[in-house]
Amino acid sequence: MKVHEYQGKEIFRKHGIITPEGIPAFSVDESLVAYDKLGSETVVVKSQIHAGGRGKGGGVKLAHSRHEVESLAKEMLGMTLITHQTGPKGKEVQRLLIESRADIRLEFYAAITLDRGKEMDVFMVSIEGGVEIEKVAAETPEKIVKVWIDPLLGMKSYQARKLAFGLNLTGNAFKEAISIFLKMYACYQSTDASLMEINPLILTGDDHILALDSKFNFDGNALFRQKEISDMRDLSEEDPMEIEAGNYNLNYIKLDGNVGCMVNGAGLAMATMDIIKLAGGEPANFLDVGGTASAETVNNGFRIILSDKHVKAVLINIFGGIVRCDRVANGVVQAVKELGLDVPVVVRLEGTNAEEAQAILRKSGVSIIPAVGMKDAAEKVVKAALGA
Amino acid sequence: MSILINKDSKVVVQGITGSEGQFHAGQMLDYGTQIVAGVTPGKGGQATLDDRVPVFNSVEDAVEQTGADTSIIFVPPPFAAEAVIEASFSGISVVVCITEGVPVHDMVKVKRVVNQNGTHLIGPNCPGIITVDECKLGIMPGFICKKGSIGVISKSGTLTYEAIDQLVNVGLGQTTAIGIGGDPIIGTTMKDCLKLFEEDPETEGVVIIGEIGGQMEIEAARWAKDTMSKPVIGFIAGQTAPPGRRMGHAGAIVSGGDDTAEAKMRILGECGLGVAESVADIGELMQNAMKQI
Repeated sequence: MKVHEYQGKEIFRKHGIITPEGIPAFSVDESLVAYDKLGSETVVVKSQIHAGGRGKGGGVKLAHSRHEVESLAKEMLGMTLITHQTGPKGKEVQRLLIESRADIRLEFYAAITLDRGKEMDVFMVSIEGGVEIEKVAAETPEKIVKVWIDPLLGMKSYQARKLAFGLNLTGNAFKEAISIFLKMYACYQSTDASLMEINPLILTGDDHILALDSKFNFDGNALFRQKEISDMRDLSEEDPMEIEAGNYNLNYIKLDGNVGCMVNGAGLAMATMDIIKLAGGEPANFLDVGGTASAETVNNGFRIILSDKHVKAVLINIFGGIVRCDRVANGVVQAVKELGLDVPVVVRLEGTNAEEAQAILRKSGVSIIPAVGMKDAAEKVVKAALGA
Repeated sequence: MSILINKDSKVVVQGITGSEGQFHAGQMLDYGTQIVAGVTPGKGGQATLDDRVPVFNSVEDAVEQTGADTSIIFVPPPFAAEAVIEASFSGISVVVCITEGVPVHDMVKVKRVVNQNGTHLIGPNCPGIITVDECKLGIMPGFICKKGSIGVISKSGTLTYEAIDQLVNVGLGQTTAIGIGGDPIIGTTMKDCLKLFEEDPETEGVVIIGEIGGQMEIEAARWAKDTMSKPVIGFIAGQTAPPGRRMGHAGAIVSGGDDTAEAKMRILGECGLGVAESVADIGELMQNAMKQI
């Protein structure tokens, strides 16, 4: 799960990580109230969307007066912001952050994330702040300093010192950086973050360290114990069909093709998308209906797949294990009858009671194209999609 | 022979009185798995599954009184990490954690504990492990397997069944099939499993089923290239997965580097493994690889 920059900064402040003063605003009026409250003449007006690259896309601008805040807020709220992370459709700006302008002397990068290979969290800093870290990693990897944190011991002071030395800091800034790094790790741990990034972390003209940005990813599996974080979820940033699927306990991701698919199990669902592509089609979605695949889940799955008007044919691919194929077949027949589908449906059922299931489909009277094996299923559904 | 579990494994089921635990413990007993104990704190002294399995308050009690050496965990995500730690410190040598949704911060700590204690953890978020006709420790349908000489390693559940089905269709049975799980941090890696299969005299060839995300398949392939004497073939799911999206499994996400399906398939090929372009080719590819020995 992601949160907005202003929400990330609220989390930072709770953990003692210093940020510039800022106030979120959802309207032009609120932007002006925020400006008055901040009391500094020059402020930064920052679009709040769940994607990076906002500055380059025109979503972050300086305002030198109340009047400029007003015109910028009018311009930004409701505009579609396109960055390298939003995709070509962009995202509508619905929230702003009005923030005091900081006096930037140097820009750094700081982040904590999981190193899957080392099976430990890694804390990275770089003197190259404000730019894409992937680029730094590729071109000048020596400019990134890393420490790996023992999960049972936690972060140690010498590790924080290594990071601060890596940024060539001295004096007060050195001390503040160490304190911030230790607080960042504590914050990362206590919020169940899977990524925490500050880009840029800055050194101010008067020798202080400040978090000028915030980026978080939180572990979805840990939200049960992170109520404050899960309350920050902004549903308007997510695909409405994916949210609805989540309400049915289905795992759905919309794609751009026209062949819908419904599969039990995430790995098999990916492999089904892949074989549709190999057969010359384009998958319209990823949909994992989970281990049970009852009549109800099949029904809900159909509703979600077919709400995408590009879908010209649907492939149901179920490998029955504990779930019996004859039950799934009954569910499919029932759903097709109820929903009165107008797209061809190819069904491949394998595993427990597969033969009985084929018989049920044949006798049902509904127009279902049976398939044997994944190759056959993919070829049939792609052909059906072309014919429709 | 086989890897990790066999007919002598004495199994304790953690969370045996929950609905999942009840159902699958019953299925495992029917397969012939030697389930000697169940654990549900507060229900010690009872017996379950038609009085066939005694219930204990702790894994420690179960181990002391029944000699259990293997455990399978069906407890909800908030408690799963602690269940693994309890098993590990109670002297269990193989722990299978079926639970999906364990927080990754918990798993990072758990991994360190099982490594220190020398416990083989399989999972979490996995279908389990089956040594054909001897011991089923998981939620997979046992009847699809056939005894034979192929080892199967997979990150996925139903995709593992698909692979096993294809193997059986070309006349290849299995020694042990192991679903290692789809989370970012898991107990036993693909490389760990390859090593075990290499050492197992009954296993003559291995199928690995991977997916996008992480470097595990690559690590396994490089190890196989340098060390493995038996043929290995692989399939990677997620060629059409969009970058940055989590495809069902918590660990199935393309986040830059060599973690795309394309990159993994290329590297597997470079390491001399047979690579199935299509999921439908797994059985045939393994069959061809076995003919060449």
